[in-house]
Amino acid sequence: MSAPLIEARDLRVTFDIHRASDLPWTTPPKLRAVNGVSFTLEEGKTLGIVGESGCGKSTLARALIRMLPSEGQVIWQGETDLVPLGPRAMLKHRADIQMIFQDPLASLDPRMTVGEIIAEPLRTHRPKMGRNERREKVRAVMEKVGLLPNQINRYPHEFSGGQCQRIGIARALVVEPKLLICDEPVSALDVSIQAQVIALLEDLRRDLGLTIIFIAHDLSVVRHVCDEVMVLYLGQMMEAGPTEKLFTAPQHPYTQALLSAVPIPDPAVERAKKLIHLEGDLPSPLNPPSGCPLRTRCPRATEICVTTPPTATIEGREVFCHHPGPAPEVQAILATR
Amino acid sequence: MALLDVKDLNVRFATQEGEVHAVNGVSFALEKGEALGIVGESGSGKSQLAFSILGLLAANGRASGSITFDGGEILNLPEAQLNKIRADRIAMVFQDPMTALNPYMRISDQMAETLIQHKGVSKRDAVAQAVEMLDAVKIPDAKNRVRLFPHEFSGGMRQRVMIAMALLCKPDVLIADEPTTALDVTVQAQIMDLLGELRRDLGMATVLITHDLGVVAGFCERAIVMYGGQVMEQSEIDPLFAQPTHPYTKGLLAALPRLDADSTMIPIRGNPPNMTGAPTGCPFCPRCDFVEDICATHMPPLISFAEGRARACHRVIEEVAA
Repeated sequence: MSAPLIEARDLRVTFDIHRASDLPWTTPPKLRAVNGVSFTLEEGKTLGIVGESGCGKSTLARALIRMLPSEGQVIWQGETDLVPLGPRAMLKHRADIQMIFQDPLASLDPRMTVGEIIAEPLRTHRPKMGRNERREKVRAVMEKVGLLPNQINRYPHEFSGGQCQRIGIARALVVEPKLLICDEPVSALDVSIQAQVIALLEDLRRDLGLTIIFIAHDLSVVRHVCDEVMVLYLGQMMEAGPTEKLFTAPQHPYTQALLSAVPIPDPAVERAKKLIHLEGDLPSPLNPPSGCPLRTRCPRATEICVTTPPTATIEGREVFCHHPGPAPEVQAILATR
Repeated sequence: MALLDVKDLNVRFATQEGEVHAVNGVSFALEKGEALGIVGESGSGKSQLAFSILGLLAANGRASGSITFDGGEILNLPEAQLNKIRADRIAMVFQDPMTALNPYMRISDQMAETLIQHKGVSKRDAVAQAVEMLDAVKIPDAKNRVRLFPHEFSGGMRQRVMIAMALLCKPDVLIADEPTTALDVTVQAQIMDLLGELRRDLGMATVLITHDLGVVAGFCERAIVMYGGQVMEQSEIDPLFAQPTHPYTKGLLAALPRLDADSTMIPIRGNPPNMTGAPTGCPFCPRCDFVEDICATHMPPLISFAEGRARACHRVIEEVAA
């Protein structure tokens, strides 16, 4: 078997939190936004990264493409570690790893035409490409994402949210990347448009053999799109494994709480369903709980959760919990159809 | 007689690009104690509909038609009279609790203000009642936390404060405009649970405005589906999801991913409508799979076809629902 396209080993991102009241000689407190995340992703597969706001999912994505400094290893195609690379060496890989963002309009320069926006990555990564060839490429990719060729001289504000997201996707695809990182690509879009963009991403994956990292908070979309899923909480992995397993028989109490909270468009299911409550609020990431990060809110927490961070326990997937096991409430929701 | 009766409501905005027809001829009735959902995507006019009930339209907005509340006309009432109804009899919870709460005022002062204004109680009593209400929305340690400022609460707690504030005067109607859209799903589930509980306890009618059909399924007894400022379908909740009769409702449900099943996520083609200028025909017709010639020129009327159900579509039910 060939090496995975991308592999993260014990990836960590730490921010120094400076406060206005700090004196120059004090060491600022450290916020561990991503704390020891590991995964492997085979070519052509889609990995979903889910979790609530502040869990570090976007930070993880930004660390993977070196928009943020990180520790640990990110192994690209089984050979290159991206983490220690300098800017020049990294530039060689940037065309292979492209990203699309949550807010489609905000991620496009309002003063550039659609054609200029989509051509910009080509200017950077294929500087020797001639004008005509570049124009052809832009037209081809616009067609591929469902934009009309006569829209090439328009500006982003003339497009709706869904169309702006198509422009963002075209910009990412024009350099023919191997890995596409999508950071909440559809959460700003309406349901009918969201399905359009998801269908487009699936077509592109099939036609171009793209590998996708799909970051989202909407678990229903993730179930539809992804082959593998990773659940994050306070920057740490809770549960990871094949989508089907994770969504039909979740083992980790946090995954179960998340799944039980997702509203289901079926009144009968909604009436019958029981929530799994997580007590209280998210703890401050500046001062995370000892042992298991979930223990302050977990219905299954015991003595050992306070003292010892859990390690993965179950075959076929990773469940970072001392007391894994199915929850009847969630099984009841997932088994309704 | 319905508690709140909206008849042929139109909302227009004068803009540089022309007149935007945000709400076009919408009628519905809200019964006492009922939970009604108004569902629609962005630009469907659902929020403007809610704003016009409480006279909260932007300065360039104009509402016409009729809204009667408890037998009296309330559309376009003068401010002074509206202020007697707002928060006291019809209260509102907004989408973003951070911008809806006053960042310079302690929670205690903001909440007391409502009670002092409407019930004429003393500041001390008002704060005591505020604490009681914060307890009711399950804010831990309400007694001390009532002294805090909005920024000292998390997003979910802030939304609880908003709900507590809206419920202070025990209103007859609560209008919740996307109350959980800005929140994480576990927090959303808790807030919706809480709203359902309070609604039953206080017996207040609730209008839930949302884009999320899942939330509607869990909370409402009846729902109105809006598109392009018009009502597409109106129905009791169970048949709406089991047998949608309007092409738009049907398309929406098919486009929705589901957690508990392998979903199809079939997109609705095309783009949302431009609301500038007077509408001609059905706003959904450029995206509709069942479109006929007449759809482009004539808006179908909303016609009741079964107990508690109505739809606005030129095609017969059998063709669409099949």
